[in-house]
Amino acid sequence: MKRDKFDILESTCVPLPLENVDTDQIIPARFLSSTSRAGFGENLFRDWRFDKSGNRNNDFVLNNPSFKGEVLVAGKNFGCGSSREHAVWAISDYGFRAVVSSFFADIFRNNALNNGLLPVVVPENYLNYLLDKIGREPETRVKIDLEKQSFSVLPDGEPVRFEINPYKKECLLKGLDDVDYLLNIKEMITAYEFRNTLKR
Amino acid sequence: MTPKTLFDKIWDSHVIRSIEGGPEVLYIDQHYIHEVTSPQAFDGLRARGIPVFRPNKTLATADHNIPTIDQHLPIRDELSRNQVNRLAENCREYNIEYFGLNHPKNGIVHVIGPELGYTLPGMTIVCGDSHTSTHGAFGTIAFGIGTSEVEMVLATQCIIQTRPKTMRIKVNGRRGKGVTAKDMILYIISQISSGGATGYFVEFAGPAVTALSMDERMTVCNMSIEMGARGGLIAPDHTTYEYLNKIPAVESRPDFKSMLLRWRILKSDEGAVFDRELEFDASKIKPMITFGTNPGMGMGIDETIPEGDNTSSFSKSLEYMGIRPGMKLLGHPVDYVFVGSCTNGRIDDLRSFVKMVKGRKKAPGITALIVPGSKRVEQQAINEGIAEALKLAGFELRQPGCSSCLAMNDDKIPAGKYAISTSNRNFEGRQGPGARTILASPLTAAAAAVTGRITDPRELLND
Repeated sequence: MKRDKFDILESTCVPLPLENVDTDQIIPARFLSSTSRAGFGENLFRDWRFDKSGNRNNDFVLNNPSFKGEVLVAGKNFGCGSSREHAVWAISDYGFRAVVSSFFADIFRNNALNNGLLPVVVPENYLNYLLDKIGREPETRVKIDLEKQSFSVLPDGEPVRFEINPYKKECLLKGLDDVDYLLNIKEMITAYEFRNTLKR
Repeated sequence: MTPKTLFDKIWDSHVIRSIEGGPEVLYIDQHYIHEVTSPQAFDGLRARGIPVFRPNKTLATADHNIPTIDQHLPIRDELSRNQVNRLAENCREYNIEYFGLNHPKNGIVHVIGPELGYTLPGMTIVCGDSHTSTHGAFGTIAFGIGTSEVEMVLATQCIIQTRPKTMRIKVNGRRGKGVTAKDMILYIISQISSGGATGYFVEFAGPAVTALSMDERMTVCNMSIEMGARGGLIAPDHTTYEYLNKIPAVESRPDFKSMLLRWRILKSDEGAVFDRELEFDASKIKPMITFGTNPGMGMGIDETIPEGDNTSSFSKSLEYMGIRPGMKLLGHPVDYVFVGSCTNGRIDDLRSFVKMVKGRKKAPGITALIVPGSKRVEQQAINEGIAEALKLAGFELRQPGCSSCLAMNDDKIPAGKYAISTSNRNFEGRQGPGARTILASPLTAAAAAVTGRITDPRELLND
């Protein structure tokens, strides 16, 4: 199935200088009863954005009008905990297209890549610099170039290279998904099953 | 031949193709699904107009979103009811075996898979649930996946994965009195942090690990994800085979004897190289509790809350928990006790809890949720007199499900209340908005349940 392509993104950023942000914070379990992929953005970071009575918590960055954009910049080990893909759906549905951190939890990273949300890994000291800069200058714009695997602060910041495996990069650039790939090699899969039956 | 790790042996034998530039196509032997992370995957199949490729390799159960009392009645919450009904409909339409509510084989997916004999050594196993690592206790490569990957497995019985690095964690020596498998894994996570094994698949080994029962091994592997690991596994041995030999569905298989022979190669070869190796001493482990809002924030039960690393994350965490550095939690009042979950909802766990509360009474002011991991565990608890012993001590055995571990159902801990929980995550709001979770073993939970405070279980053990 065709998905949105990802090539170059230029945007302001939303800073979230917290470490170990788990998927229960991104989307609490009580909002997981839906059977569709849509509408999770409404409850993104629900318990940090709103208090118990449903009032906006003005201290939380998503409620601060100075910060907006399609890039979320967060502390290390982002997306740890539950495997719920709803976390990625919530972040995308809210309007983010990339998340920057110094490392991501494995399952979250896979889920993000499978949904066209780009996880950008930068060195920890660069992340700290970035969080600090955005915090002080909310109008800071950044550029993510997937083809070149480069991240930079506009207009003239030194580009930082980020890693992504070539297969996933290709999928994102062309808007392809893994199911299509696997359906195309079904004969190999059947042959593998046959070989295994013979072995036993 | 080059010596290989157990992980590499299983992984290599399941690779169908290596894709240029990294990831590999991995064949999946056993797929488990539940109501929360599967509906969108089935919708994906419908949108593509394709069937489930191998329906007999997927098993379904309802566990996350179900009540733990009055399970004979329709689920009250409309969204939850709808989600469980959707799973039943999807399984019917695609011909997948389904153990729904009230089915005698229903239960938490990571409890029923092993106890019914679906999980077998040497397999690759996935489920849209991070605690799939539990099945690694049988010498399997088992890990959690997202819903897009659930769709891949339904469509082709394969997923595309990058091979993780390997880590071996050896636990030497012997555990002391009152120290359980839960304490062992909480201790390890506290030593390496909640992200310390990110990118790795962990093999647990050493005398303190091989001494564990299968239920205990599952507790250890279950929480591998809480240190960031892709999964954790333990080489199968006589303990594993004895456990499997008692499962009629396994023991009666005509190929059981030949499987036993095949499983002999399921161990890391002498001289196999791991990307990282760690060693711990079991005799240094005390009963453990967590004090913060991630599972890496744990300490010995009699220890003092550390000063931390001066980050806003650390102070935010302590503020949420209503505690300060320098404090001890020993003696701190507790409001709720939760025993259950895929971490500690098995029969060994209920036995351990009952051993402590027998002859004592539930402390005033304590609300307890004692939830078996499956219908079979529930039945066994009734047969062994555990349910009765609980009743005499003022507790009640509920019906199986994930319950308060993630509080998708009504089993929520109120805001600001302290819960000592045998589950796996102390994240903010995990057990209900504002709930304050302290993770511990069933034994430590029992000590709190009868005293109303965080209590060192070693002080209450007689033998």
